[in-house]
Amino acid sequence: MDGNISSVSELNAHIKALLDGDGSLRNVTVRGELSNYKVYPSGHHYFTLKDKDSSLRCVMFRSAAAKVPFTGENGMGVICRGSVTVFPRDGAYQLYVTHMSVDGVGDLFAAYEQLKERLRGEGLFDREHKKPLPAFPRRIAVITSGAGAAVRDVIRVLGKRWPLSKVIVLPVRVQGREAPPEIVGAIRYANRYEVADLIITGRGGGSLEDLWAFNDERVARAIYDSRIPVISAVGHEPDVTISDFVADLRAATPSNAAELAVPDQTDVYDRLRSLRIRMEQVMEKRLALLARRVEELRTRRVMEDPTVYLDGKRQEADRLYERLVSAQERKLNQERQRYIRLCASLDAMSPLKVLSRGYSVVRDANGAVVRDAASLSVGERLRVTMSHGQAECRVENVREDDSR
Amino acid sequence: MEEKNTFEQSLERLEVIVRSLERGDAPLEESLKLFEEGAGLVERCQKQLDEAEQVVRRLKKGADGSPEELPFDAEDE
Repeated sequence: MDGNISSVSELNAHIKALLDGDGSLRNVTVRGELSNYKVYPSGHHYFTLKDKDSSLRCVMFRSAAAKVPFTGENGMGVICRGSVTVFPRDGAYQLYVTHMSVDGVGDLFAAYEQLKERLRGEGLFDREHKKPLPAFPRRIAVITSGAGAAVRDVIRVLGKRWPLSKVIVLPVRVQGREAPPEIVGAIRYANRYEVADLIITGRGGGSLEDLWAFNDERVARAIYDSRIPVISAVGHEPDVTISDFVADLRAATPSNAAELAVPDQTDVYDRLRSLRIRMEQVMEKRLALLARRVEELRTRRVMEDPTVYLDGKRQEADRLYERLVSAQERKLNQERQRYIRLCASLDAMSPLKVLSRGYSVVRDANGAVVRDAASLSVGERLRVTMSHGQAECRVENVREDDSR
Repeated sequence: MEEKNTFEQSLERLEVIVRSLERGDAPLEESLKLFEEGAGLVERCQKQLDEAEQVVRRLKKGADGSPEELPFDAEDE
């Protein structure tokens, strides 16, 4: 126990040399379930792979982890490839993972599921965020490949249903590494310059890899941020991409997107016709009602035989005439009575009556009645009127009498 | 957006007119005027649809970044 004593480091180094010398450990593939999965700020991933009875410590450095499209989660079944070696500091062997894939389902599918759950958690799919689509879009931006069936289908269906909408194609690549930034760029560009009031983005069918651009997080966020409503139309009926979840409306295919985007002119023609019919019916009814009222009024007796009306008026006129005549007679009688009374009092006051009692009237040369002797002068001629006859006289003497 | 959507506005106005006529609360003179306006709108909308021709353009980013419209030809696959 003395000459053979080695340090811990020496022993660990010895074991490490043994393991590293075994070529079969340099490239192993192992299946297991992930646990204790940790991502360090350095970007390295540390985890344990385990099965029912055993476990294995693993590390995946940042460069290797970047190539894995999904992020490991505890409980996930995976297949890892790498080399086994000893980490002398801990005296433990571990698997240095260079590749990791999801066991059973594909990696892309796993990544898709993860992104979907994350974005759902963030609220990107929330119904409250969905924007209403314009009923009659004026300009429709189509963001897809400039080649291929998808763009042609969209244009054809839009033209057939609603040729009033202007179609603006923003050609982009829809697969490959460049596709997501191009799609994102086109969506943002359409918004910045308000080139349309509706966006259709998508592509024709293909493998999950072909459709991958529409499962890209950047594309999802660009759709979410778009102020212009977005219809996504990716692949065929069963394909549902992240874009479909985040879009304001999901179409099964590009043609279907065009159908959802615009009304069918046949329906609009029908609607116009029915509005016209409703309008005509309501006016006809109203006019018919008025016509009936006019007819009712016309058929009243007075309108049918105006003499009835006139007879009545004639009688009324007669009655009025009688009243007028009797009123006039009454008035005339009253006047007549008043005249008789006036004549009587006039007679009582007549100067002839006074003269007959022995008085005389004296007038000067001008015929004016003389009332005051002072107005007379000697030699002036006067005329004296008596009850019977007159006399011409001359003034001999004037005596003013103040006995008055 | 530059052009007014006369079609949608016409259709909305038409709906308003028909509803008003159906309520029948406007005097006859006014109703006749509304009817005339409505009939004109129907005619105009139909004409717009009859004469519509689809316009398809390809959008290109111009030198200053603003959009430029070019004729669209579906590229061959």
